[in-house]
Amino acid sequence: MSEVPSELKYTSDHEWLRIEDDGNVVVGVTDHAQAALGELVFVELPEQGSEVGQGDACAVVESVKAASDVYAPITGEILETNEQLGDAPEKVNQDPYGDGWLFRMRPADVDALGDLLDADAYQALLDELD
Amino acid sequence: MAFIPHTQGDVAEMLAAIGAASIGELFDEIPASLRVDELPGVPEAIGEMEVSRLMQARAARDQGAMCFIGAGAYEHHIPAAVWEITTRGEYYSAYTPYQAEASQGTLQLIYEYQSMMASLTALDVSNASLYDGASALAEAALMAVRANRRSRAKRILLPRTVAPVYARVAEAIAGTQGIEFCQVDYDTATGTTPLAALAPWEQEDVTAVVIPQPTFLGSLEAVDALTDWAHARGALVIAVVNPLALALLKPPGQWGSAGADIACGEGQPLGVPLSSGGPYFGFMTARASHVRQMPGRIVGRTIDLDGKPGFTLTLQAREQHIRRSKATSNICTNQGLMVTAATLYMSLLGAEGLARVASASHANTRRLVDALTRLPGVERALGGPCFHESVVRLDRPVGPVLEALAARDVLGGYDLSTDYPELGHALLVCATETKTAEDIAHYADVLGEVLKQQKVA
Amino acid sequence: MSEPLIFEHSRAGRFARAQAPVAREDVDLPVECLRTEPPVLPEVSELQTVRHYTRLSQRNFAIDTHFYPLGSCTMKYNPRACNTLALLPGFRGRHPYAPASHSQGFLACMFELQEMLKGVTGMQAVSLTPMAGAQGELAGVLMIRAYHHARNEAHRNEILVPDAAHGTNPATAVMCGMKVVELPTDDDGDVDIGALEKAVGPNTAGIMLTNPSTVGVFERKIERIAEIVHGAGGLLYYDGANLNAILGKVRPGDMGFDVIHMNLHKTFSTPHGGGGPGSGAVGVGARLKAFMPIPVVGRDGEHYRWLDEKDLPQSIGRLSGFMGNAGVLLRAYVYMRMLGHEGMRRVGEFATLNANYLAARLKAAGFDLAYPRRRASHEFIITLKRMAKDHGVTAMDVAKALLDYGYHAPTTYFPLLVPECLLIEPTETESKEALDGFVDAMCDIMERAARDAEHLKGAPWTLPVRRLDDVRAARQLDVAWRPEEAGA
Repeated sequence: MSEVPSELKYTSDHEWLRIEDDGNVVVGVTDHAQAALGELVFVELPEQGSEVGQGDACAVVESVKAASDVYAPITGEILETNEQLGDAPEKVNQDPYGDGWLFRMRPADVDALGDLLDADAYQALLDELD
Repeated sequence: MAFIPHTQGDVAEMLAAIGAASIGELFDEIPASLRVDELPGVPEAIGEMEVSRLMQARAARDQGAMCFIGAGAYEHHIPAAVWEITTRGEYYSAYTPYQAEASQGTLQLIYEYQSMMASLTALDVSNASLYDGASALAEAALMAVRANRRSRAKRILLPRTVAPVYARVAEAIAGTQGIEFCQVDYDTATGTTPLAALAPWEQEDVTAVVIPQPTFLGSLEAVDALTDWAHARGALVIAVVNPLALALLKPPGQWGSAGADIACGEGQPLGVPLSSGGPYFGFMTARASHVRQMPGRIVGRTIDLDGKPGFTLTLQAREQHIRRSKATSNICTNQGLMVTAATLYMSLLGAEGLARVASASHANTRRLVDALTRLPGVERALGGPCFHESVVRLDRPVGPVLEALAARDVLGGYDLSTDYPELGHALLVCATETKTAEDIAHYADVLGEVLKQQKVA
Repeated sequence: MSEPLIFEHSRAGRFARAQAPVAREDVDLPVECLRTEPPVLPEVSELQTVRHYTRLSQRNFAIDTHFYPLGSCTMKYNPRACNTLALLPGFRGRHPYAPASHSQGFLACMFELQEMLKGVTGMQAVSLTPMAGAQGELAGVLMIRAYHHARNEAHRNEILVPDAAHGTNPATAVMCGMKVVELPTDDDGDVDIGALEKAVGPNTAGIMLTNPSTVGVFERKIERIAEIVHGAGGLLYYDGANLNAILGKVRPGDMGFDVIHMNLHKTFSTPHGGGGPGSGAVGVGARLKAFMPIPVVGRDGEHYRWLDEKDLPQSIGRLSGFMGNAGVLLRAYVYMRMLGHEGMRRVGEFATLNANYLAARLKAAGFDLAYPRRRASHEFIITLKRMAKDHGVTAMDVAKALLDYGYHAPTTYFPLLVPECLLIEPTETESKEALDGFVDAMCDIMERAARDAEHLKGAPWTLPVRRLDDVRAARQLDVAWRPEEAGA
């Protein structure tokens, strides 16, 4: 069983979002996603300061058997990326919801966050996959 | 039947196991209307003896001339051991080393090759090779577009001193992928690219600048200044180099203050026979930071379950069989057998041997140019130094002269007048280490006769 | 025993003197052009080089040493005569820019090769220049693109690709600026015709198909597919990966294909060389003749010559510096001459016989065929789903265990559609005894899976190395030896 923290938002592409107090969001891939990919060997992150549209492929997580795109879950600006992953991509496997975060972004439209899945809905999606 | 070992008894037993009455029955899912009985254009089988006789006769027809053509493919001495070992069945008839445990020979060899190429070009990483030099340039351009994330233009500056056919191939392969190749003019007095020729792009977004060394015309570019110009404008540098020349010439990794970002070129001079233009191999090396944008296979050293060192293909997630439509390239072959030959060649020659071959080729070409330009009606076309090819200008059209030379079994060089009309009746000549003083004198004598007999047009 | 790196045999000042010119000559070049430090290449003797690379060769599986039933790769015997004759001095030493007067022998072989390939594929013209299958694919899709552009239908930018296709198909389509539309495969391995009918439209540029398909069965509705795609204004591209299955029996041109690439290193027995060189000649029908990649060999009476930009002004252009992998083409030529038309037909027949026999025997032994209701083509798929579920032994474990029995592994985990699959292609050059030996090994492995799964999960045990740490290879990238290591 993979972990699905209740306080986060999710996408059907297996990304999670944490909405911070200042209204910005932190994005990562879910526990299910990291387990399916296997041990990661490289993470390619978006350029800091770049504008991304919802659904744009903006990062790549790569294991020895697969390289998967990570899609921007919302439209907005990339404020910061997790530089630590450059040397230690395994953090995504070890702590997907913590040290393994990918990037932080400023949403262009706060209302868009309402369209994301909550933990129950994401859990239901995972149940369907099994 | 040739190469099919089945006896009649085998066939009967096998059909019985399948439960089919005949081999024909195995094709019963194919619509009958599609099956053919005739293969027009395919002759009757002949045996090994007959085909040997035929091929020997045909090969002999093309043999016997003395070759002074370079233009991207060079006649060098290839030590006997190179192809004796390369054509061992264990190399010759193995597949791509996907099953690493059963392919350690090929994998270790490629790792050694990568090490040699990295050192030769003074860059960090090498792939396991690409198809040939021209297509390697196309792949390098595509790679530069992926690697230079600051540039949006997909614009590659391509000097006219790069082999014209490379420009055509790059356009055919990469042009449809939105890449714009911009031709950069050259100085007809020296055959090199002056900084001033880059001025039109001074303020433009340039993704990468291609710098050949030596140029297609044999001349030497001011690689340091060109490299620094590119880097100052946020462009990457793609070096197109002759690997043998790098025994003597400054390696791309040391060009300018920061070094080239990608080096590529034709690997043929490293132990691969002329063989009508292929199979050769394209090589590509780069800075470590660009390794994930590099196309083609890469071998890495790692350890096995017992902690023992071993070799495996790595970074495969970039490749087409995993990444499909998002792969760095659709390439799935390298030129493994050619790389085997090149690795043996570099091993046998070593740095000293390569330097001797390179310096002898350089010296022979100088001697050749001296000998030819002593003839009336032949002059040096370019000032400045050349590596192992040079341009001479005739007082009349080149084509008929080359034909007359060929009739006397001298292949006199490559006619530049179609691609470089501004150079006049220009001929690119080359004399590698394989040419003796007598060979060079012979060419000059024959050319002298031809020029005397033919009228100036 | 591991074999040290060639660099570890190196000693300063040693080199194979017989191989190089006797002395270094003076160099008249500006000092800023020159290298200051020599490259770090091995300093070894000729014997050391020969011994090292001979030893390395012995650490490979190859067709010449092992049965190599690698699905979709057609690892058949590479006749030695092909190699010997391609390396005759007249061929080996011919410069690519040698004039026509010194090229007639070579060009005659190339012209006849073009003609023979036309005959076996039913196409109207052939260009030999693509240097590998993937480049043949590129040429094919570029021709389709050029065709639509020439008809002022540049908006046609969708390429249909079945989901079971080789990864190169979608990668190639994207390289050519096309959008990929995936088509589902039905339970019996055929393209889903209903889905195809829905997928075609005014933007359809064409479809890329392999037939027999990558799941090892003949696409039975090929004529209907051709009708639908042509009806929508699209063209059909044939991926020749599996041409060996039908060689001499059915021709892609007769199935309705407009363009085809052939893998000469599969069907026409040129060597795989540890990953190349390949050769991906393309054949075209009437619609695409004008767009072929150049150069192509033409004949004026008894005289052969290259056709280039002037002869084919609408060509998609050049894909290689010269004319492609000439030496490989010579090998294919010799092979085809030794087979003749009757031999060609036997290739398809016996490749199919061997595959169906092996499939029947493995089925009888208790293995699950992925498409049990279908005839095998020249290859077939078994799925080890049950073994994985019951004993935790995966397709990868079985592949590695086979190495211990002296068999190269079949293709694993391709096509992606079939779970825990092995794609097995024996080829026509293997004897019944070789196939029987392979079946025995598979039965042994099946029996062992139930009794001693751990042994299989740890395989191979008898090779120069055991399973390698791929994660470490990718994370701690070590792709070149550094001289610093010598001192360490």
